[in-house]
Amino acid sequence: METNLLEIIYLIGSITFILGLKMLSHPDTARKGNLIAAGGMIAAIFGTIFLYHDVEGNNLGNYIWIFAALIVGTGVGFYSAKKVQMTAMPEMVSLFNGMGGACAAIISIVELNHFLHAPHLIESLLTNGHPLLNGQVFIMALGLIIGSVSFAGSMVAWGKLNGKVKDFSFPGQQFMNIGLMIAILALTVFMMFVDVEMAQILVYAIFGLSLVYGILFVFPIGGADMPVVISLLNSFTGVAAACGGFLYGNSVMLTGGILVGSAGTILTILMCKAMNRSLMNVIIGSFGGSSAANPALAGATGDIREITMNDTAVLLSYSKSVVIVPGYGLAVAQAQHVCHELEKTLEEKGVEVKYAIHPVAGRMPGHMNVLLAEADVPYTKLLEMEEINPEFPNTDVVLVIGANDVVNPAAKRDPSSPIYGMPVLDVELAATTIVLKRGMAKGYAGIENELFYEPKTRMLFGDAKATLQKLVAEIRSL
Amino acid sequence: MDNSVELLLNFFYVYRELITIVILSIFLGIEIIGSVPSVLHTPLMSGANAIHGVVIIGAIIVMGKAEPDNYLALVLGFLAVILGTLNVVGGFVVTDRMLEMFKKKKK
Repeated sequence: METNLLEIIYLIGSITFILGLKMLSHPDTARKGNLIAAGGMIAAIFGTIFLYHDVEGNNLGNYIWIFAALIVGTGVGFYSAKKVQMTAMPEMVSLFNGMGGACAAIISIVELNHFLHAPHLIESLLTNGHPLLNGQVFIMALGLIIGSVSFAGSMVAWGKLNGKVKDFSFPGQQFMNIGLMIAILALTVFMMFVDVEMAQILVYAIFGLSLVYGILFVFPIGGADMPVVISLLNSFTGVAAACGGFLYGNSVMLTGGILVGSAGTILTILMCKAMNRSLMNVIIGSFGGSSAANPALAGATGDIREITMNDTAVLLSYSKSVVIVPGYGLAVAQAQHVCHELEKTLEEKGVEVKYAIHPVAGRMPGHMNVLLAEADVPYTKLLEMEEINPEFPNTDVVLVIGANDVVNPAAKRDPSSPIYGMPVLDVELAATTIVLKRGMAKGYAGIENELFYEPKTRMLFGDAKATLQKLVAEIRSL
Repeated sequence: MDNSVELLLNFFYVYRELITIVILSIFLGIEIIGSVPSVLHTPLMSGANAIHGVVIIGAIIVMGKAEPDNYLALVLGFLAVILGTLNVVGGFVVTDRMLEMFKKKKK
């Protein structure tokens, strides 16, 4: 009876996840979708606590421990999620993703240990002298590997996003990564053919190597690739969760995990396409390597032309149409509110203002959308690359705020450029382009930007927030 | 050789229902994501991130099954439940905060 009820709760949980994801795909229903999925999750959690029976019909115990952990996790999770600044969201998602990966890895370790201590509990698929050669051991090992990689990778991604970890790579790292992956898989297969004592040691070896792989996997990947990496690690954790579902024959874990796994993979592929790179290329982590290999790129020299605050204000005020291109610099400077203010001030003067959102601007998919939404910019004003690119020739002024690689014309012109082939915003087609930057530093791909030397480009140096504030004041005083 | 074929067939037979769920879920996930506007990519990723927090159910089972004298399982299970809860609660709250902003400016 109780088990039947639990299965129904799990079924409802699975349906809420599907509905939730579906509703998250439309702005009007997204919030409700999230709450529905959360409701299904709560039901599944409490259903498991009170209704779960193992194969021998035993209830779960250790209620005090379970509730203590739930309370601690809820408190810390709720507090940190409420407190985090909008600009730090990508880090936060990466961090929570790592927690999920670690959780999956721990489950696998405990269950493998349990199984190795009592192999008679689970029947081998074949009674051929290899008790460990069965599906369950394989699934547990898989959950361990994927969970650990996801945990270690997410932690590095988190560190990189908040600036604690720098890009790092060494010659031959790609081969080392491939070698590590092969070693991990080989050890996993090997583990299924050895005796229990040996297997126990191998579990920790696999765990350790997976952590190292996760770290090395994300270390060399530059900031420009972070959206892809976070999306990929997200789907990894989904698969790791699904491994747990497979192990326990638990339908809600399985559907939830696989849904996230496949959805995350599709999102990752969309990101890769936007950057004109294959997923394999990203996984092997060659981005940092290739740009380091040809540091001297021809063509990107010449004079830059600065523009004064006053000229910028006049130019913007007397334009008919202005397109703002936001980038990571906007997020770093926390300039989204001032940016919205600038937009409103210009609109009051009868200037049409739109935003051009490159799919990989910022540090994760849709980073700019979230940031500008926080500042109350209506999402109808945020145009995607395909929509806005045909409009640039009819645009008077493009204001690039803290974006670099996504407006680099080298992606279209210079076949030797590491970002060659990546779709970029055609800002150079506008009558004038004003680039707001702190200095002449390179973008995350580490390459020069020819745009800055174009005759139609003007540079406005300074911190995005301070500069925009002055600009708004200047425009108002005109 | 015979053995490995038998093993594989056995694996598929034993797990046939779960494998069916896996395959259907893969296609479902692809279908759902295919229609998402890029405006919602970050909230969607965050929402998906919260949903894979369902791994907490495994952690609860590990914790609840741990024998009182198996300290390794107790400590690791306790840790796993905390981590899983962080993933679930943090994930859903962060997603809600992001989506709250989308709603606010729809006047």
